[in-house]
Formats: sequence, structure tokens, C-alpha cells
Amino acid sequence: MMSVIDAHSIAGKLAAPEATVDVLVVGAGAAGVAAATELAEAGLSVMLVDENPVDAALIGMDVPHYFGGRAGAAVQNKGRMLEQVVASEPALEGALAAGVEILLGTSCWGVFLPGPATRELPGAVAGLTDDARAWTVGFRRIVVAIGARDLVVYFDGADQPGVMGAAAFHALAARYDAFDGRRLVIFGSDELALATAELAFARGLEIAALIEVDATPRGPAQRVSALAERGVPVLCGQVIKSAGRGPTGVTGVEIASLDGGPARTIACDTVCLAIGLVPVIELFDTAGVPLALDTDRGGFVAGSTDGVSTGSPLVFGAGDCMAVSAALATRSETEAHGRRAARAVLASLGRADPLDTSPPPRNADQLAYQRRVMEALLSTGGLNVLACQCEDVTRADLLGVRAPRYLASPSDRSVHRDLATLAADGPLNHDQMKRLTRVSMGPCQARRCREQVAMLMAMGGGVPPESIPVAGYRAPVRPLPLAVLATLEETDAMAANWPIWFSIASQWIPYDLIGTDAEATFIDDHTHL
Amino acid sequence: MNPGIGTDARGRPGASVIVVGGGVTGLSSAWWLARSGVDVLVIDKGIVGWEASGRNGGGCTHYQSALFHEEQRLWPLMDELLGYPTEYRRERIIFATTEPLLRIYQSIGETIGRLGYEWDLLDGDAVRERVPLAGDSALGGIHLKVGGHANPQRTVQAYAWAIQDLGGRILQHTPVRAIRMAGGKVTGIETSAGVLGCDHLVLAAGPQTGRLMATIGIDVPLAVARAEMIVTEPVPLMPIGGVDGEGIYGRQTLRGNLAYGGGPHEWIELPEDGEMLSRPSTPLLGHLARRLRQLLPKAGHVRVIRSWAGLIENTPDGRPIVERLAEPSNLTLCIMSSVGFGLSPATGHAIRDLVIDGACSFTDIAKYNLARFAGIPADWAAQKGWKARPLETAT
Repeated sequence: MMSVIDAHSIAGKLAAPEATVDVLVVGAGAAGVAAATELAEAGLSVMLVDENPVDAALIGMDVPHYFGGRAGAAVQNKGRMLEQVVASEPALEGALAAGVEILLGTSCWGVFLPGPATRELPGAVAGLTDDARAWTVGFRRIVVAIGARDLVVYFDGADQPGVMGAAAFHALAARYDAFDGRRLVIFGSDELALATAELAFARGLEIAALIEVDATPRGPAQRVSALAERGVPVLCGQVIKSAGRGPTGVTGVEIASLDGGPARTIACDTVCLAIGLVPVIELFDTAGVPLALDTDRGGFVAGSTDGVSTGSPLVFGAGDCMAVSAALATRSETEAHGRRAARAVLASLGRADPLDTSPPPRNADQLAYQRRVMEALLSTGGLNVLACQCEDVTRADLLGVRAPRYLASPSDRSVHRDLATLAADGPLNHDQMKRLTRVSMGPCQARRCREQVAMLMAMGGGVPPESIPVAGYRAPVRPLPLAVLATLEETDAMAANWPIWFSIASQWIPYDLIGTDAEATFIDDHTHL
Repeated sequence: MNPGIGTDARGRPGASVIVVGGGVTGLSSAWWLARSGVDVLVIDKGIVGWEASGRNGGGCTHYQSALFHEEQRLWPLMDELLGYPTEYRRERIIFATTEPLLRIYQSIGETIGRLGYEWDLLDGDAVRERVPLAGDSALGGIHLKVGGHANPQRTVQAYAWAIQDLGGRILQHTPVRAIRMAGGKVTGIETSAGVLGCDHLVLAAGPQTGRLMATIGIDVPLAVARAEMIVTEPVPLMPIGGVDGEGIYGRQTLRGNLAYGGGPHEWIELPEDGEMLSRPSTPLLGHLARRLRQLLPKAGHVRVIRSWAGLIENTPDGRPIVERLAEPSNLTLCIMSSVGFGLSPATGHAIRDLVIDGACSFTDIAKYNLARFAGIPADWAAQKGWKARPLETAT
């Protein structure tokens, strides 16, 4: 017997992908290019997409990195940017020669896998966009190699141009050659901070100082002394208390000594946060890949037995999105990780022997340091500092579980609610805090607040950080205009049978008519009010 | 024992009334009961309002329901009554860019007019005057002076906190496995925190209701589906946030985000063990974006920043079951069949009346009985196509 299909359900309505490849690789950094090249050389059809050059409008929204308003006008010139991107990744040529289809300026806004609640997807698909239109591509396997982003922490004045992240600085200075600052203060002193300083020097920029919360510099002594010889001090036991405000952004930083010594001011136009990097896991989450907090891998990451596989047999990861360290991994290590992911893909398709299950790369726990930084910022900056810039939520708002200020409170009962009472009602949950305070709900899609909010929640609620589930990532993982998403191909079946709600005609008959003669003749349509 | 649990009339761990399900219906019921001085405990498998109650369009305009008048009476009072903001805003504009939809919207206006509420028929210019983001394509619509919308997530928490303020208890992260009976009456429930006793049980467990009622041998026909919504970055506030049409429902939030849903749903099978499935969204978000842009052409540049999905139950006729059963007589069943949020203030009132007085005091709800489904074929859902199709594993 033919089974009946509900004409108003999604069954058969989503368009087939525009193309289907054996392997989709997202991210054309060292890991992604190495993976794509190896897979193509093994005879698979491979598509490699990379969002660079990123749309200038997104750069202005601090997506995907914390650019902090220091991108120069050059990022508006897409042609020049494309040349910069190609020139900055020499291995792309080899990938092209191996037969990889390369789409630059193309971002992936979601990975969707068939599963118990998504049986009607036209196979495993990824949503892509080039900022003009949106489409989907099907794949047998996907390798996600989308790197890491900055761990962002705030102090007073952080919500203005000139406060940015180290990864964003590397993207602007090295990849785009479009950094618009001149004199930097770097917050942090580990290898990420040192590499940031060294790049800044190479670009002819001034560095006023490195600010370190810990009592001694965290990076290798030799590189610290090399900086000192060039007149750049690492100021230890210090924290940024505030950034001065000026018409074009930061005018300097006020730094406070953690031992109570006098505060001082250092002039600069840019504060570069180099506290740490976190793996970018948004596509794993949209795909439903299980995530867990693993501080030795840099934060929430896809669970993995071998460093490149995930909880989904179709999804693999390579490079920094699987694990980051305080240090920037070397290019050769990253490429090797990409090739390892490629071999895991080949093995999963029966084209290579299974990988040994050596564990993922691990580093020392970075969360403890990040917490020390947060505690230092809290002790000097206090509670009247933003926790979420998009939604104007302060630390006090967060700890007090306060509704946004545009909502008048009908009683004074809210004052008895805070993070501690919420924790007494059940385990704290970042997604619940989003609903209650609007923290992490803004257009930057929580890239600037996610980690500091989670740390503040753990500290304010007195609970271990690992007890707080990661705040969910949702497609589209890039803020995309309605007009762009609207170009997604639509089937005739979708257009012809688009219900507002379930299209159960009997649902909308006024109660008084139920069971009367008028019930049958009541002409109304299915709508949901 | 968890000190938050309390005891029932016989001193067993539990409460006088246990409400299973911390969705908006269960929470409202418990709030109404607590207001009447009843010792009440709400129990939920996760966080309050975590399923469809916190994942919907926030509409409060349900002209088809027996509870409509009470819904309209209560919403303007809810912030004061609960003591926490719900973001309720009155009024609603529904408009179309095509004739067939316009005719449907006009008939909705007429139905609401017959129920005694004020409404205006709008032409294209009148729509554009009231809806700054509408464009040349707006053909006409209706302006309802009733109804409106609220923030689902804020409202569920407002209920939950108001219950606590009145001395009621909420037990989260505690799945219920079965209902316990003795001598023809409910005696309690089996939960992950042990057996809890009660004198009366309110079952408002949404998609889980069928599974739980099956543990006492009562068949409640339900099918479960997944539906999706999108939300944009904030844009300047329109004078009336409750604006929709064009095949989508939703609202502009007070923050300025455009939050809209609609379109085809996916029927799913829930796992037998009472676990919920993850609720992924799909590329349907592009098709929602297409219709939102059609509705509000001047928002074409506005960016979508997230999407989400929720799981929703439906009865075979799409109407609620709100009934204190004859047998067992201390069990009140409430299933809102995919339209629960907006009606919740009124539903809770009805449940309170059923539990305390045995009958709803303010309106007839007799047609929302379970008996109407007696004798329904076992494969009713398959006959309607309300079933998940087999999952073909990709390789």
C-alpha cells in the first residue's frame, strides 16, 4: 500500500542541492587546503569553500572575527581583497592543480544532516552564500577546517573602535593588509601575544606595551627579551581597567596594578586582546555533532577519539577548530592535521586503512588562565561593565538575571532573583540566560561575549564551568540579509503547499460552531493567530 | 529527599496537586492553583518552557477557541498579576499581497467582529501607513484591536517565578516515567527522583502526554511534528509589532527583532523512553526569509541572525483536550494541540476550575473532551500522513 503523505508537511519539498560532491571542505587555511588536496589526489570530487575575503559589512559587525573597527577602507575593495587572499595562501595553487573546486568569498552558513527529526532533508547538505545568493551543496563527507577565533573579555571602554582580537589583527594585517591602527597595547603575553607583537613590528606599527595579569610573562623568555630590546615592556601583574574614549575610538588604556599599586595610562589607538583563542565550532553544532568542554583543547569542541573524527560519521574536523593552544600551531603541524583528516575521510569511505586512535592534540588547561584574567578584570572594573555589547547587558545585569531595561518591571519582585536563586532552581544554562537577560542574543551571534558570559555565570553562580552547557549555535551562522537567503531555490511543491500552521481545517472553526450544521459550511482557511 | 518536593495529603513525598509538564499550560495551571492556595508542584524533564512553549510566535489571538474571551480579558492584566514582564502588546495587523490570502484574512476579521471585537479592513495604503516596512506589494489586510502578542520565553519564566512567589514548587530536570494508580484513582507518579504522591494530577506534558497516559492504559491520540522559525537583527520599532501575513506568523519583538515562522512541518517519532529529540533547523529558513521579505520588502537588507525549531503535538482534529476525566476522577488532562501559548492564561484558569470545582466556571469546554476520539483507528496518523517516513541512512 502506498503510504499517505501529508501535503502540508515538509516531505519532498526541500530542493535537491545544486551540486553534490564526495567531500566538502570548509575553510581554506593550511589544514583545509592540505585536506582538500589530499582528497582530490585520491580521486574524490572535492569542493573547497572559504569565506575570505569577508564582506565588509560583516567585518563591521565583528563577524567572523573581533575586528574592533580597525579594518581599513581597503576591505571595501573586493577585487583587491581577493588578490590578497590568494596571495596569502600559496598552497591553494596545488589544490587547484589537484582538481579541487575552489570557491573563495563563499561562506558556509549551516551544515544539515538527515537524522531522526530531519528525515526529509535531501541528503546531507551545507548552505553556502557568496553574499549575493544562497544555495546548498550536497556531500558524502564534510571536513570542517574553520579555525579559531579570539576569546573576548571586556573592560570599560571596550565597546568602541580600537578594541579588537589578536586573530582579527592577524587577518587584517597579514591576510588583508588592511589594518587601520598605528600604536598598540597588547593584552596578554603568551605566544599568541608575542606573535601579534612580532607581526605588528613587521608591519611597521608601534607597540606601547604588553599587559599581563600573571606575575611573569607567559611566553618564551627569549622572545620576551627580544621585545624588551626593542623597547617594548611586558607589564606583569597588571590588568586593563579601562580604555579612554575619543572621536575615533580608543585613546589609551588605564592599567591597574593587581597588588594595589597606582594606576597609569598608556596612549594607544588599538588594544589587541591576546588572552586566548577558542575553536570555532558553530558548523559542528548546526550539524548536531556532540560538543563537550575540553579545556585542554581550548574550550567547547567536537568530541573526538582520534583528533579528526567527530560524533557524526559524516563530519570531520581539521586544524584549530578541533583544538587550539595558547601557541599558534606551526604551518607544517596544521597541514599534517589536515592530511590526517583526509585519511580519516578516505578510511570512512573504504578507501584507506582506519587511523590509529591517537588522541587529539592537547595542551595545558587554558581555562584556568582565562579565569584569572576574568577575575582580575572583575576586581578592577567592577560590575558596571558590559558583558554583551550587542544587547547592552552589563555584568550586573547578568548576575542579577535582569530583564532588559526597555521592559518596565511591573513589580519589585525581580530584585529577589539572581544567578544564585536561578542556580538553586536547577543547573545554570547559558541558553536560559539568553532568554532572560538577552545576553548573547545580538547580531554578532555571541562571538564577542560567549566565553566571558559563561565565565561570569560560573563565577557568579558558584558552579564549575563544565556544568554550564554551551550556548547553542544556530543557522545561519553568518548574519545574512533576508534578500540573500530568499534566493534559496524553492520547489514548486513548497510554493504550492505552504501552510501557515498545520493546515488542519477543523482546528480553526469557532468553538460555538463545532457540532452544528454551520461547521461544515464555515469557510475559513487554515491560519495561525 | 529533595527539600523542594514537599508532601501530599498523606505525608508522602509529593504535593496536593502535581502538574506534569513545565510548559506554558502546566505553569499557568499551577499558578492559578497556587493563587487559590493549593499546594502545587510542577515537574519537568528539563528547564521550564524549554520546548514549544518557549519556541513559538507569541500570538494571543485565538478566535476559534472556547477560551478566546478569557484570553482577551486576561492578557492585559498578566504583567501585574504575575509581577514580571511578559512583553504583552495588544493589537494585530495581518495583511496580504495576493487576493486569495486577503479574502482569508478578511473572513478572520469578520469572525472576530462577530465575536464582539473591533477590527478594520485595510487597503494597501492603510497597510503602508501602519507598517513602515511594508511595500508596494501590500494589497490589504485587517487591523484587529484585540489579540496581540507576548514574549514566550519571558512569559514562561514569569509564570514559574510567580508560582514560587506564591509558595508553589518547581522541580526541573526530573523526567516522569509513569503514572501510578490504585483503587481507580491516581496515587502519584514515578520519576527519576523516585515516586511522588499527589491527591490530584494535572497532565500537561505536550508531546509526552500520549506516552504517560499509556502507562495507565488510556489512549490519547497525538502526533508530533517539528516546525521552524527565524529571527533577524533588531530594526527600528514599528508602531504595532504584531504584524504578519503572507503565509507566515510572528511579530517584531520589543527589542526590534523580526521573529517569524510558518511553512511545512516535519512529522516525527519520539523515542519510546521519553527522551526528546534534538530540534535542528533546516534550509527551510531560506523559504521563511523569502516570505518575510515578500511581506516586508523594505526589510530585504535586514540580516537573519538565527533560526530554531520546536516539537509540537497535535490531536487528530487539531483541537485541545481539556478535561477532568471521569475515570480516574483525580486526573485532569490538558493538550492544547499546537496552539497553547497565547491561550495559556485562560487555560490555566480552566484547569484550576476543573481541579478545584470540577467544572470550568467561565465558559463551556465540554467539546474539548477525550471521548470524541473513542474508537479512532489505531493507524489514524498513518491514514493522515502524520507519520515520519523511514530514515534512509546516507553513506
